[in-house]
Amino acid sequence: MATSPRTTKFKLPTLAAKSAARMGHPHASSSRVSAPVTEPGRFGVYGGRYVPETLMAALEELEREYNKAKLDRKFQARLEELLRTYAGRPTPLFFARRLTQKLGGAKIYLKREDLLHTGAHKINNCLGQGLLVERMGKHRVIAETGAGQHGVATATVCALLGFECVVYMGTEDMRRQELNVFRMRLLGADVRGVDSGSRTLKDAINEAMRDWVTNVRATHYLLGSVLGAHPYPTMVRDFHRVIGREARAQILKAEGKLPAAIIACVGGGSNAIGIFYDFLNDKKVRLIGVEAGGRGDALGDHAARFRGGSPGVLQGTYSYVLQDSGGQIALTHSVSAGLDYPSIGPEHAALRDSGRAEYVPASDAEALEATTLLARTEGIIPALESAHAVAEVLKRAPKMKKSEIVIVNISGRGDKDIGIMRENLKIDR
Amino acid sequence: MPLTFYKKPALVVYVTCGDPNLATTREIVLAAIAAGADVIELGVPFSDPVADGPVIQRASERALKHSTSLGQVLTLAAEIRQHAQSTGLIVFSYLNPVLRMGMDRFCKVARAAGVDGALITDLPVEEAAEYLRVMRAYDLSPIFLAAPTSPDDRLQRIADASRGFIYAISRTGVTGQRQQLAGDARKLVRRLRRFTKLPIALGFGISTAEQFTEMGAFADAVVVGSAIVETVERNSGREAIAVREFVEELLAVTPQLAATSN
Repeated sequence: MATSPRTTKFKLPTLAAKSAARMGHPHASSSRVSAPVTEPGRFGVYGGRYVPETLMAALEELEREYNKAKLDRKFQARLEELLRTYAGRPTPLFFARRLTQKLGGAKIYLKREDLLHTGAHKINNCLGQGLLVERMGKHRVIAETGAGQHGVATATVCALLGFECVVYMGTEDMRRQELNVFRMRLLGADVRGVDSGSRTLKDAINEAMRDWVTNVRATHYLLGSVLGAHPYPTMVRDFHRVIGREARAQILKAEGKLPAAIIACVGGGSNAIGIFYDFLNDKKVRLIGVEAGGRGDALGDHAARFRGGSPGVLQGTYSYVLQDSGGQIALTHSVSAGLDYPSIGPEHAALRDSGRAEYVPASDAEALEATTLLARTEGIIPALESAHAVAEVLKRAPKMKKSEIVIVNISGRGDKDIGIMRENLKIDR
Repeated sequence: MPLTFYKKPALVVYVTCGDPNLATTREIVLAAIAAGADVIELGVPFSDPVADGPVIQRASERALKHSTSLGQVLTLAAEIRQHAQSTGLIVFSYLNPVLRMGMDRFCKVARAAGVDGALITDLPVEEAAEYLRVMRAYDLSPIFLAAPTSPDDRLQRIADASRGFIYAISRTGVTGQRQQLAGDARKLVRRLRRFTKLPIALGFGISTAEQFTEMGAFADAVVVGSAIVETVERNSGREAIAVREFVEELLAVTPQLAATSN
């Protein structure tokens, strides 16, 4: 019989780290906030590369190509040009005068990612990965989508660059976001419904991974958030860093000082990490991520991973996961398809444990209320995802000083959600 | 105990535990062993089986409807071990249920149950340092997948990390049956041979006696999974008998010789 093994240095997260994380204690391994990556693909203990062997070579190839592209001036110049002339960057930083007056506290600025081509920040990452696909000489692109924004952005970039495009989408999400389904098809994408599990984003990712495992040699998986196996969380974050880089310069120009807080919604967390990243070293800027509080606190009624979740591995990465006692992944709920996911980007898990960023939930009802308020005070209808961030500013701004500034990332516009808003808000007759 | 293939080609049978229920899984496994299976892979159902095709996905869903857990699978393993001393028993799982149980506890309970080894589908060698340490401390065989897409340097690392046998994936793709198996399989076995003396088991997509013969000609063992799970699905009420017949049919054509070198 074997002897009991001693506990030494852990490659996989230790039980101690796990329970510390669960209890909300920052743990030692991610104390350096400005450089949270401890090794490529690791954010503190989180991240990594947990995929079937068949995909490992493709991930290694992608990492190599991405590292080369990062240093390639031509690649960067082409991406910059497409972001400017095609996507519509830079996006404005807009002072929300009436909302500020109404709340009576901090000055509120909105980072208008909703004004980008295709209606959300997702296009930043799709253009970046699209150019990588070209470099790698692949011609077929697959993607998952929840709300449909990433699917639309992927279909758009595939049309622009001439790739075959397949988008996997849960049938529940297809029902919720039928306009985006049509939009993708109009752009030439093959939208395939996924009828397993909760029929939402998680299940679409499973199906995309199965496609990738099967067709890996000629196909690129254009993952839409800071999720999945390394290098995705790092690469997707880098493609969205432009949001924070612009916002930082814009607020310094407009106000001559940094904001007291930045608020963004967090599904996988790509828009949030994008706007947070260039502020990480500005220790006085509070970084606040807003998760989907759904319709209640019970497992299955929300997607607030930092409330009800614990560290685990889902779809390639080690992060906080909503799961049961046997390690099965829980079902989730949110009025917003883009936030309806049981795990969160691993870098957010590290930022949360280190205390550099804080994460709070906003409920379905709060998000819907925030939607109406922003529509009526500023004439901006946010995506339901972004409305979660707006809901948090409604709670927080009144308690802040008038001299303080808060930036809210309006990651997408609400056109795609009009049907759900109409169903839930009951304001027309 | 060491994982041994007594015959060549040996037959490795995969079952999704808890489909349709654990008592039936026990009968299915004992029937497969009686019919000639050399190694049993006890599949732990997972909510998000990204490496599996529709057949095993459906089986996992059925098993999870009544909350089949890793702990229960290990209890089942202990029961099977009482009836089958020389059959290899492998736990086949995704990583998260194992993490949730705790690596050390998993290995301790598996060892006590008489399990020989484990294969964690979504744990590549790079991420396996701690897993390997604990598995070896408990004298359990860590089995890794080798894929047609794995370059030589990866095959080397996989060979170095593996004990018991190496599971070579016959083709890119998820689990499930295929009419034709690409030349991928033969090429992979040949490449893998350069790095290991361990037995090589070929799996993914093998469902007929003809394929068993074809693959068994150049591999030490052949894994049959989805075809077994589908047999279970199609034969509600007589699962064990059907699996027994299917396994006998698989083995009918190919003479199994005594394995010479392990």
